[in-house]
Amino acid sequence: MSDITETELHAYADGQLDEAQRLRVEARLADDAHAAESVRVWRDQNEALRALYNPVLNEPLPQRLLAARAARARWPYYALAAGAMALSFGLGWLVRAAQAERAVQIAALPHRAAVAYAVYAPEVRHPVEVGAEQQDHLVKWLSKRLGHELRVPVLTQQGFDLVGGRLLPGSSGPVAQFMYQDARGQRITLYVSRRDAEPQDTAFRFSQEDKIAVFYWIDGKLGYALSADMERARLLSVATVVYRQLNP
Amino acid sequence: MDSAEIVAHIPRLRRYARSLAGDSQRADDLVQDTLERALAKFHLWRRGSDMRAWMFAIMHNVFVNQLKARRELALDEDAENGLPSMPQSDPLELRDLDAALRRLPAEQREVLLLVGLEQLSYAEASQALDVPVGTVMSRLSRGRERLRALMTGTAATTNLKLVK
Repeated sequence: MSDITETELHAYADGQLDEAQRLRVEARLADDAHAAESVRVWRDQNEALRALYNPVLNEPLPQRLLAARAARARWPYYALAAGAMALSFGLGWLVRAAQAERAVQIAALPHRAAVAYAVYAPEVRHPVEVGAEQQDHLVKWLSKRLGHELRVPVLTQQGFDLVGGRLLPGSSGPVAQFMYQDARGQRITLYVSRRDAEPQDTAFRFSQEDKIAVFYWIDGKLGYALSADMERARLLSVATVVYRQLNP
Repeated sequence: MDSAEIVAHIPRLRRYARSLAGDSQRADDLVQDTLERALAKFHLWRRGSDMRAWMFAIMHNVFVNQLKARRELALDEDAENGLPSMPQSDPLELRDLDAALRRLPAEQREVLLLVGLEQLSYAEASQALDVPVGTVMSRLSRGRERLRALMTGTAATTNLKLVK
């Protein structure tokens, strides 16, 4: 004589019924041992799930999740939605000066590279997603995601070893970040973004983004930015090597 | 624009992701992708609507895409071969609940977790998964039955076949 639907039974077990419905189901359960058993099992399942996974709520948040937010939070998303402006969304104030769009796109590159440096270079445990020990995989993976063959400069003569790389969100698609480190732990990142705009080349340029020095240039479809928290002159010597290796 | 609220949701997103993906590394990958996508789409969030349900919807999409991608890469079989072996007839302990969840089809697992763990209403779950409430209910029903069978060992011979 059970006129309760299975849906009602689930809703009862999950506490999703209003008072009147709840009382109706409850009355029925007194006569229906089978239904009552189902409800008990489902409630046990819910409780077991919470017992098993609730501890996750109290774990400290991994830095990378906060970094994901911090890195993005500085950038205006409406520009991302507009989409078309390949490199402009790092600088909302420059977007408004849209008459110099080309200049804007190029100028946004060092800023975004510096932000990415500031977020990931201090990382102790997870500075990169894929380590240098898997360099072949790293380069293949990032090349595939950027849709363009990438090369990784060798900077051992300058005292910097490759730590690895990671994929970052860019305004018009994925961006690659390679990280290097010297014996004293000084880090340098090479930020490589794919450009949707007309292929073009620019000269080697410098930008000081707060404490971070950035040398950048555009080579056809790719924009490069080498960033580090170090003196301009010292970074220049490394940047020159990188530039020569990538633009032989 | 205030994206700070998103941060407040991270712990619960992590809990759901952990239960969904099992492995904590993969779970945090899922959360990270979800956060990045949520921030990129923040302008699409309707102010006043439930941000948590919106974020779960984003995570669902990311999760489904990841499943598809893994399948394309033909990693599925490897991943499944790597699953911990399950007792075939003994009842499973609570600690095996996680392993039992891995044996549910992803669509049933999602519903079971959104409702049972995250305590979303059926309507919210339907929104997050972008399926009708009726579908939520049928997945919930099948998922619960299957989980019960797994936990009591009655699924040993017939239902233990891994489901993609």
